Amino acid sequence: MKDLSKVNNPYGDDKVISQCSIFGMMNTTGEVFSGKEIITAIRNMHERGNGLGGGFAIYGCYPDYPDDYCLQVMFDTRANREETEIYLKRFFHIQHSEEIPTCPTEVIKNPPDVYRYFVQPKVEELHEIISDDDIVIRRVMKINTTLDGAYVFSSGKNMGVFKGVGFPEEIADYFCLEQYDGYIWTAHGRFPTNTQGWWGGAHPFSLLDWTVVHNGEISSYGANRRFLEMYGYICTMHTDTEVVAYAIDLLARKHGLPVDTVMDIFSPPVWEQIDRMDPDDRKYFEVLRSTYGPLLLNGPFAVIIAHHGEMVAHTDRIRLRPMVAGIKGDMVYASSEESAIRLVSKDLEKVWIPVGGHPVIARLKELAKDDVVEGGRELLKAEGMEV
Amino acid sequence: MNTAQAKKANPRKGLSPRQWIKIDASGMYYKDLNRQIRGLAEQGARKFDLQNVYGQRYIGTNLWATERDKIRIRVHGTPGSDMGAFMDGPEIEVYGNAQDATGNTMNCGKIVIHGSAGDVLGYGMRGGEIYIRGNVGYRVGIHMKEYDDKIPTIVVGGTVQDFFGEYMAGGRIIVLNKFFEGNPPVRQSYFIGTGMHGGNIYFRGDVNIEQIGAEVNVIEPTDAEWKIIERYVHNYCKAFDLGERKVKLLKREKFWRLYPKSTRPYGMLYAY
Repeated sequence: MKDLSKVNNPYGDDKVISQCSIFGMMNTTGEVFSGKEIITAIRNMHERGNGLGGGFAIYGCYPDYPDDYCLQVMFDTRANREETEIYLKRFFHIQHSEEIPTCPTEVIKNPPDVYRYFVQPKVEELHEIISDDDIVIRRVMKINTTLDGAYVFSSGKNMGVFKGVGFPEEIADYFCLEQYDGYIWTAHGRFPTNTQGWWGGAHPFSLLDWTVVHNGEISSYGANRRFLEMYGYICTMHTDTEVVAYAIDLLARKHGLPVDTVMDIFSPPVWEQIDRMDPDDRKYFEVLRSTYGPLLLNGPFAVIIAHHGEMVAHTDRIRLRPMVAGIKGDMVYASSEESAIRLVSKDLEKVWIPVGGHPVIARLKELAKDDVVEGGRELLKAEGMEV
Repeated sequence: MNTAQAKKANPRKGLSPRQWIKIDASGMYYKDLNRQIRGLAEQGARKFDLQNVYGQRYIGTNLWATERDKIRIRVHGTPGSDMGAFMDGPEIEVYGNAQDATGNTMNCGKIVIHGSAGDVLGYGMRGGEIYIRGNVGYRVGIHMKEYDDKIPTIVVGGTVQDFFGEYMAGGRIIVLNKFFEGNPPVRQSYFIGTGMHGGNIYFRGDVNIEQIGAEVNVIEPTDAEWKIIERYVHNYCKAFDLGERKVKLLKREKFWRLYPKSTRPYGMLYAY
């Protein structure tokens, strides 16, 4: 494993009380918009973070390279970068590469170099049939675990993750995010509790085009991690949230489960409730819990998960971390605090607090009949709390 | 009106306690907003009208008020979490929704919310009253307590969610379950009153045994308790201009009183 001693924590404290802020917004017609509003919204929740991590995920931001995997990679030193580039050239056709433009400011201390590479995997002479996605995952895992001073922030097509140590609004300034356009944006302000505040440990966590921003603590990290390692996912970022990104890739992409089923695996009802269900529903949850028990996420959490076409706001089953959702026209919002949504969207048509463990799912209209699932499972006759 | 203007308006006597002072909270950091309110109150102001509130926390904290000398705060917008935390006397009226942890450990005073409120409202509340027109989130009224004549009271017009009144040690909560909205369907909440060892919940509508904690008994309210319920529903109607005639339509037989079986449910937990 790599040396993580280069930890960029200007305060030197290692444990503080937890909050974190998360925010997500999506245009369900796929129309892109700038980062101005999400930066305003996440700045409004400044108090929830402590400056030890901030980050953004943007979908639809690289329309010039829509079919290439965009690897956004952080390097500690120039030598680390050169070594990694040799590795990348060996396994990928690099269509285009550049240093990610930054606007250095005083508040961002000791930033690493962050580069992006638009790549296509080289056809490998393998004794197995493997998809491009899986080749990319394999290489990302390899870079993260074996190459010194190199960490892949994101590896999806036409999307990118921008993150670092600082308040999210400072990270947005640093990466000039007002200049980007996307149809889904998610953001995170960090208040690290159990692990150090370092650049790679900031949210979003990402694999391919999956991204996760998370408020809370995944107490089941150890069990989840062991299960995922059996499938070749190696946790390298020293933060619990990482398992969510890998778990959703395994369940949704590799095992082909719909996102709402994945959320039922993450936050199933307690057995007592399952026992009271009618036979079909009981069977459904019994099967999920016995097959994927080790991927149950325990502990307090609220997450916003995104990939192309979908944004999912989800909490643990007893909602130990806050989540508010809102709708205005084609825009769907999810946030830790209602005030942040209202600040950027004055005349919301609907604001509600989803029931714990019931995801709010926003989808591209062209892909789905229901472009918004409002956080209630039909089978439980659940009703989101209208506010 | 800022402090300097206020002084100019009434330079000798300080500020008038009768005049509503408007404060535009747009873009204000919560500490600055609360400091400004405190400063104006020290100069004699008693009525504050806060405009464009977006998430500023701890509104109503660190102020004082007595029966004769009330501080009143109107909030337009969405106040931040911990509104009225440790509050000791003032009255807050919110024209919108409140976020999480409203009335946290509140000691005295009144909060009226015209919308809904988030999770953990009234946590550890020790006195005062909170009226919510709409719904409340998870873990509302947990660990409320009472002493002598200090009995904190929460009235919820809409619905409550799971862990309602968990570890409740005193005080009372009245849940109307959308009575004034004509009883639309209500999501069942679970783990009501888990670990409860004091206080009373008056719940309108059916409660199934699987919804409540093992430490809770369910019984019909007594005559004296019904009077208390009526009084607080009356206050609720007054706070939200709902017409007092409707109180008469409330049916006593629809209410259940949830109360603890024991004042020390876990006294023997480690005894064996």
